[in-house]
Amino acid sequence: MSMPSTPSKFLEQSGYRQRRMMDALRLLPVLGLLLWLFPIFWPTGLNVSNNNDPVSTSSAVIYVFLVWGILILLSSILRWCLRHTLEQETTTDLDDMDVGKTGQ
Amino acid sequence: MTSVNQLIGVSFAYVIFLFAIAFYAERAAALGRRGWLGSPLVYTLSLSIYCTAWTFYGAVGYAARSGMEFVTIYLGPSLVMIGWWWVLRKLVRIGRAQRVTSVADLISARYGKSNLLAIVVTIMAVVGVTPYIALQLQSVTLSLAIFSGPDGTNSFSQPGAAFWIAVGLAIFTVLFGTRNLNTNERHDGIVIAIAVEAGVKLVALIAVGVFVVWGIAGGIGPMMERIDTSPIGEWGVDPNRWVALTALSAAAFLCLPRMFQVLVVENQDERHLQIASWAFPLYLMLMSLFVVPIAVIGLDLMPAGSNPDLFVLTVPLAEGQIGLATLSYLGGFSSATSMVIVATLALATMVSNHIVMPVWLSVHGNGASVSGDVRNVIIFARRTSIMVIIGFGYLYYRLSGGGAALAAIGLISFVGVAQFLPAMLGGIFWRGATRTGALSGLIVGFIIWVYCSLLPSFGPGAILSLEIFENGPWGVSLLRPLALYGIEGMDATVHAMVWSLTLNTFAFIVISLLTFPDPLERLQGAQFVNVFNHSTQTRGWEATLATSEDLMIMSQRILGPTEAQNLFRVEARKQGMHGYLPEPTQAFLQNLERELSASVGAATAHAMISQLVGGASVSVQDLMAVADESAQILEYSNQLETKSDELARTARQLRDANDKLTALSVQKDAFLSQISHELRTPMTSIRSFAEILLDTEGLGKLEKTEYASIIHGETIRLTRLLDDLLDLSVLENGQVNLNVENGRLSKVLEKAILTAQAVAIRQLKVTRRHLDEAITLKTDLDRLNQVFINLITNAQKYCDADEPTLTVEVLLSDEIVSIVFADNGTPIPVSSRAVIFEKFARIEEAESGGAGLGLAICKEIMTRLGGDIRYVPNLSGNAFIVDLPR
Repeated sequence: MSMPSTPSKFLEQSGYRQRRMMDALRLLPVLGLLLWLFPIFWPTGLNVSNNNDPVSTSSAVIYVFLVWGILILLSSILRWCLRHTLEQETTTDLDDMDVGKTGQ
Repeated sequence: MTSVNQLIGVSFAYVIFLFAIAFYAERAAALGRRGWLGSPLVYTLSLSIYCTAWTFYGAVGYAARSGMEFVTIYLGPSLVMIGWWWVLRKLVRIGRAQRVTSVADLISARYGKSNLLAIVVTIMAVVGVTPYIALQLQSVTLSLAIFSGPDGTNSFSQPGAAFWIAVGLAIFTVLFGTRNLNTNERHDGIVIAIAVEAGVKLVALIAVGVFVVWGIAGGIGPMMERIDTSPIGEWGVDPNRWVALTALSAAAFLCLPRMFQVLVVENQDERHLQIASWAFPLYLMLMSLFVVPIAVIGLDLMPAGSNPDLFVLTVPLAEGQIGLATLSYLGGFSSATSMVIVATLALATMVSNHIVMPVWLSVHGNGASVSGDVRNVIIFARRTSIMVIIGFGYLYYRLSGGGAALAAIGLISFVGVAQFLPAMLGGIFWRGATRTGALSGLIVGFIIWVYCSLLPSFGPGAILSLEIFENGPWGVSLLRPLALYGIEGMDATVHAMVWSLTLNTFAFIVISLLTFPDPLERLQGAQFVNVFNHSTQTRGWEATLATSEDLMIMSQRILGPTEAQNLFRVEARKQGMHGYLPEPTQAFLQNLERELSASVGAATAHAMISQLVGGASVSVQDLMAVADESAQILEYSNQLETKSDELARTARQLRDANDKLTALSVQKDAFLSQISHELRTPMTSIRSFAEILLDTEGLGKLEKTEYASIIHGETIRLTRLLDDLLDLSVLENGQVNLNVENGRLSKVLEKAILTAQAVAIRQLKVTRRHLDEAITLKTDLDRLNQVFINLITNAQKYCDADEPTLTVEVLLSDEIVSIVFADNGTPIPVSSRAVIFEKFARIEEAESGGAGLGLAICKEIMTRLGGDIRYVPNLSGNAFIVDLPR
């Protein structure tokens, strides 16, 4: 996951890596959604007919916060790796916009 | 135990501290020393107004009642932030590009700058958020009441406290929220104040949490055990609510006016959003980390029946931790005040821009051209709106009696504002969304929300009678507010959310599909949806009517003299002019409209400019004109293309002609020298022999005869040459008399061949097809004969084959007789072909002494006879074709 520091002759490869990291950044909320939706399948204390013991709140707390931590970590790492790409996009576009030019 | 008065003193000190910080920040910003004010940290912390007193106190109470379900309120926003790339990025970009001032402004701008839509959104937001403001007032007074002791009323009146808190918040918001008119400019004072408050509430909650886990429970391990043995020790979350509340909080996070204010309007740098995409979830995680432990310990320590909503305060108090309790109180106070300030500011912007200003403009007639400083009006409108909204909140608090009904308002408010979601997301992702569709969706959603969520929240008998709850209005049980369509047993919040959002979305989509947007809507739609490929610019104003002076006067009233003059001067300089008044170009008017809309909202700015400029910027006619224009341009370019092709052709012809002329000129020179030579040679020999005859004595008879015959021969040659020249000249001048008579082609050919071969040195084999030649011609037979002779003698002279052969063929068509003379010699070089019919043209290598006039004469004759003579290179030699009309 290292970021190539100079755009040397491996530009192709690093560009590819950047794109895939962009994909990952975009898919991150989907991962979060899936992981956080998972608890709806847990046995609850409400329907006792179920043979399974309900999940204890302490495990639930650990699970939810673990997912949270992972998402935050991944999000910050991806954002850090992609900072140049994102920066470029932001600045070029904004310059254009603030002056109210008619686009390039 | 600390007294209420002391606590009020602490609150005052804290508020003064906030005022000071806000004031300092404004000063620093004014001096241009933003520094850390504009850091992503401040942006992230300012987002924390999502965590209101309802979440600060309420989350623990929520956890004490329903376990882990409370966390859904944080999961939704976390997902939205982590997925910033999808929606927030676009919202922020649009917000910056369009100078959006509020969520109502966004929706109104997207759907053709419709003020009606803005009014509807504003009203919905006010109705949805005002109770929420009341909730904040309630939470602060409740927490104060906790400190006043169990009996609670000796020195302290809750409504009185609520009143003074409301007044204080109103002053703060007016002071720092309406300092500058341009809502697009950052409210540095407010932002910094809420960032500080965000820090305070996080620190407070974590401090209480740490105290609870390590101070009371004795570490993480024992804490976990206590959690599992507590009443909320088992996972007991209803899956429906888990999913629905996560989705709801995500929607509300995007739609809440105050969140929109800090996320989009106050955003100064898109990179801040990128940082906040992970930093804000981290904040939320920390805010909820100790909620369950505090709830569990509270349930354990506090006597049964105590309010779990206040565990954050009561647990430290019960343990004698006055300092911690005070910190916790300040955390709750911060949550409440920051929410009220920003929510009020956002609502006041909406109310003043979309309701007060349009009304004021229409009452004062001529809109933009009113006298006086409009800025004062706007600022006054905004300040009044702030006070009215906080007043509403206070009134709501008093009317609802501060009971449990208020506590439920958090989720209800969420469902209310979530009604903006379809119109908002549809607007930025779907170009087909129309104003009518958005309006229908919003109204449908709003009605269902009021009926299924807001009104029932007051309880049976308050507004809706018990009868309606049980049997539905007019006894129609399908319309029961908590069981629409007879679906019972659904959780009330989930029920209201599912029905309102589903029908809202349905109405929005179906009506959008059925209706047709007007041109401005379509252009705005394209701009919003394609905000990242910023080539689509709204077709601007036709500034024929607007003069720069009028615009200047109007802008000064809204932006203030200095700002307006700066704007105009910069533009004038950009246009390369001196002074203050630029040309009112389209680009400038667009820019001006955006600047104005940052102050008064898109719809009002649009209306004001259109009053000066005269009419809407984009009419169907305009669009048609654009379409026409492009069609014309297309046609014009086609014409140009045709013309340029024509020119290219002409140029090619001219080039050919020039080549031909050059070649001719060269040949003419050659001919002149040739002809002088030709004339000279016989003349020389005639002269010499004549001199011999004259001067030489005693020449023999034989010699005399020989010399005389040479002179005679040379004279004949000269005569022939001169005859040819004369002939050509006559033919060319059109002075020739044609002797037209009937005759057979075969005879003419016969004669020509005989004549030609009579004088020939080499024998030429002539192949004919006599059958084909049996046709009668009506033409000048002598002239035709001359042409034939010329062609045959040419073949005799120039055909270099070992056995020279001439094939004469006759081809008949309806109108033309073609006589082909094909030989088997070397084909004439390509370079010479073009000029063989010209006068003086001779093939260079040919050394046969012709003057190069034969074919020119033929050409002239054939033209006179109404026919033609052509050269065709043959596979095995040359062919000349003589065409004659029949």
